[in-house]
Amino acid sequence: MAVKTFVLDGQFISAREGQTLLEVARESGVRVPTLCHLDGLGEVGACRLCLVEVNGRLMPACLTRVAEEMDVRTQSDRLRRYRKQIVELLFAERNHVCSVCVANGDCELQDLAMQLGVDHVRYPPQEPECAVDLSHDRYGIDHNRCVLCTRCVRVCDEIEGAHTWDVAGRGTNARVITDLNQPWGDASTCTSCGKCVMACPTGALFHRGSSVSESAHDRETLHALIVAREEKRWLV
Amino acid sequence: MARLRLATVWLGGCSGCHMSFLDMDEFLIELADIAEIVFSPLVDAKAYPAGVDVVLVEGAVCNVDHLEMIRRVRRDSRTLISFGDCAVTGNVSAIRNVLGGALPVLERSYVERSDPPGAIPAPDDILPGLLDRVVPVHAVVDVDLFLPGCPPSGPMIRAALETVLAGGRIDLMEHHLSFGRPGRPCRAGHAVPAPGSAPSHS
Repeated sequence: MAVKTFVLDGQFISAREGQTLLEVARESGVRVPTLCHLDGLGEVGACRLCLVEVNGRLMPACLTRVAEEMDVRTQSDRLRRYRKQIVELLFAERNHVCSVCVANGDCELQDLAMQLGVDHVRYPPQEPECAVDLSHDRYGIDHNRCVLCTRCVRVCDEIEGAHTWDVAGRGTNARVITDLNQPWGDASTCTSCGKCVMACPTGALFHRGSSVSESAHDRETLHALIVAREEKRWLV
Repeated sequence: MARLRLATVWLGGCSGCHMSFLDMDEFLIELADIAEIVFSPLVDAKAYPAGVDVVLVEGAVCNVDHLEMIRRVRRDSRTLISFGDCAVTGNVSAIRNVLGGALPVLERSYVERSDPPGAIPAPDDILPGLLDRVVPVHAVVDVDLFLPGCPPSGPMIRAALETVLAGGRIDLMEHHLSFGRPGRPCRAGHAVPAPGSAPSHS
C-alpha cells in the first residue's frame, strides 16, 4: 500500500493512498465541518461545507484524495467566510423555522449555524412553496426543511438497497422524490425501514406524530377511563 | 453620571422575548441602577423618546405601524439589538409569507378558515395594514447586534446587555446561541460593569 506525504495545516503528514482529505483530517483530530457527509455512505460533495484550500484552490475535502505535494489548509478567513455563507444560503433557500421544527435541538443545520457564528441571514429568504407529504403510515417529509444533502437517497440505495429516493428537478425546483415522484405512501419500493429518517440531518424526514399539528391527545382513552370509573363499564 | 437610556420594543412577535427579559430576575434590580427603561411594553411611555442608548427590538416587521416604528427606533437609538428569532429571521411571524401577500393571508384568516366566515378588515379600520411580506428587522434598518433564540434565555439577554453596556465587541456568537433555542452564556456570572465604564451619550 502506497503512502502519500503532504502538508495538512502546516504539518507534514502521511496517509494511505486513496484516502480522502476529510478522512485524514478526522484521523488527525482536525475538525472540518460537514453536512452531506455521513459515515458509511458514498460521498457526493453536495453541501460544500468541507471546502479546504489545496495549494490555494478550493476543494471539497470529502471527495479529494490525498496526493504528494499537496499543501492543505482547513482553516482560513476565506474558508470561514465561505462556510458561513453556505449555511446562510441554506437557511435562505427553504423555510427553516427552527422554533417550530420537529428537529429543533437535534438538527445538524442548526448546530452548524451555531458553530460557524451565523447570528442572522444576510440573504433575502426565497420562501418557496414546499409540500409536506404525510401519505406514509410511519414517516413524513417536509420539503421546507430539506437541504438536498441526498443522505436519504444514498442510504436507501447503498445500505437498504431499495433506491426509493431520488432527486427530481433542477436548481430551486429540485426536490427529493419517492419512486416516480409519487406520494411516499404509494411508493411500492419503500420497505418502511426508516433509514432515511435516521440519516436526515434536519427535520425534513421525521417520524409521524412528532410534529406540533399531529399532536394526538387520545381523548378516547380519557373518556373510557371516566366511563369505567363512573359506570363500572370498560370500553377498552 | 446619568443612567443609560434603555428601551425595549415589541413588533410582530409573541412577547415571549419580553417574558424572557423578566427572567433576568434579580439582575433587573442591578440593571435599574445603571439603566433607565425609557420605553417598553413594561412601562408607561406612549411615544418613543429621542436619545435612547440601547434598544432591544422583539418581533418581525409585519405591518405599516411596525415599519414606521422601527424607522423611528433606528433614528432615535444608538445601539439597536435584534432581540429573538422573529426580529432576527422572521421566524413564526414570517411563515405567512409563503401564501404570497397580505390579501391571501387575510382571506385565509377571516374567510376561508373562519367559522362563520367574517369580513376582511377595511383599509381604514383601526388595525394597521399588513405588509405583503414579513421581514426581519435588518431588512429595514441597520442592526448593531443580533441576539437569536426563541426566546433568548434570561441569562443570555443579561450577557448581551452587559456586552453592550460595557462597550464590548459587537459579537455574541462566542456564547452558546442558536436559532430556535434559548441559548446560554459561555460562562456564568458576568461581572456587572460599573456605571462609569458604560458608554456615554453620543
